[in-house]
Amino acid sequence: MIEAELSRSVRRWCKGATGVTGAAKLSGGASQETWRFDIVHPDGPIGAILRRSPKGYGAAPTRAAGLAAEAQLMQLAFEAGVPSPRVMHVLVPEEDLGTGFIMQRVEGETIARKILRDDEYAAARPLLARQIGGVLAGLHRLPQDKLPELRSRGATQEIAEFERDYRSLNWPKPVFELALRWLRDHDPGPSGETTLVHGDFRNGNLIIGADGVRAVLDWELAHLGDPMEDLGWVCVNSWRFGEIDKPVGGFGSREDLFAGYEAAGRRVDPARVKFWEVMGTLRWGIMCGGMMQRFREGPDHSMERAMIGRRASETEIDLLRLLAPRGS
Amino acid sequence: MQDEPTPIELTKSVADFLRGDIAPLISGHQAFKLRVAINILDLVTRQLTQEEQSDAAEVERLRAMLGIEGSVTELNRALAERIAKGEVDLATPGLAEHLWATTMDKLAVDQPNYASYKRELGRNP
Repeated sequence: MIEAELSRSVRRWCKGATGVTGAAKLSGGASQETWRFDIVHPDGPIGAILRRSPKGYGAAPTRAAGLAAEAQLMQLAFEAGVPSPRVMHVLVPEEDLGTGFIMQRVEGETIARKILRDDEYAAARPLLARQIGGVLAGLHRLPQDKLPELRSRGATQEIAEFERDYRSLNWPKPVFELALRWLRDHDPGPSGETTLVHGDFRNGNLIIGADGVRAVLDWELAHLGDPMEDLGWVCVNSWRFGEIDKPVGGFGSREDLFAGYEAAGRRVDPARVKFWEVMGTLRWGIMCGGMMQRFREGPDHSMERAMIGRRASETEIDLLRLLAPRGS
Repeated sequence: MQDEPTPIELTKSVADFLRGDIAPLISGHQAFKLRVAINILDLVTRQLTQEEQSDAAEVERLRAMLGIEGSVTELNRALAERIAKGEVDLATPGLAEHLWATTMDKLAVDQPNYASYKRELGRNP
């Protein structure tokens, strides 16, 4: 039982802690799990989250920065005032919990559809696009000399990588070919400035409260690159969850996003943002294909995975809406 | 020739049973999985109903545009290759219309509630 190992762990590094209670798995793939639990403390319970790769799953997927880097980035973000949970502890081997870290639990909602529909967030919604612009500006300004080692990726490399992923699926899709062609023709080249890029900044990876963004989660795809990538990805239609006229996560307009970003002292390049939105739409479509392949070849033979394979067509219609829009 | 009921009718009867009789009895993660299962059966029913006609129309368009014969898979592969090589692009007569028609037929099976699809359905092509 994980509570026994967690109790031993917290007693080592959390002064006064006597154990843990209420451990529950929130999500988990084969290689990475998220657990919630409370640290039992004389001053009252402390809400905590465990992110870990269980034992035997040390190797991170090629694109992932790794949990140690993720912990370091979240801590840096927290210190710089970017909404982020405080990292309380990085796991060590003696604890028998695998690799990963424990962070403070931030209360709020991550389920995109609830954030977009529930009354609780009605007041926050119109503010979010601009607020997200400010958060991204802060994130892109994190001090580079303090960052962990991260892969570096520009537009040209990303196009080549996605093309290779797509071809390896042996899945002839004329719309994806058209998108790849468009991306090569519109490749903006190296960006004038290279910054930290979150890599998966979108509705679903943010903790939202009645007051707005409370935390940015899931830093596992962080890398160095074109900051406009994050602005494009947050606008991908797949993350609007039905609110298709509000490009920024279903919350609001690009204009608000850009205004928030520029008010925080950074410049937006709208053409690059559009490029990354097209790239992001294709990226999610190819990821759906990857899900199909993993479903077919195992080990994850789940219905959910199978059905994600059937969501690639959503990205095809979104690519057509971007690249070959029809008249009204 | 196989006997009836047809696969469409059989699949639909299972989906209706799960939706009407089983779903109300289940909660939590299993209820979520059951919804996914029902969604799969609904998708299969839609595909069995629509695929023959939409594939035939797709093959017709592809033959006219590419000037070659083949199965729907072979023709799609040929079109993909021509786009990759730059021989066919959005300036090619019929390409945009073909991709739109094909994609709309796919969404009608895969995700008929997807907001972009519903928006495009309301347009005059």
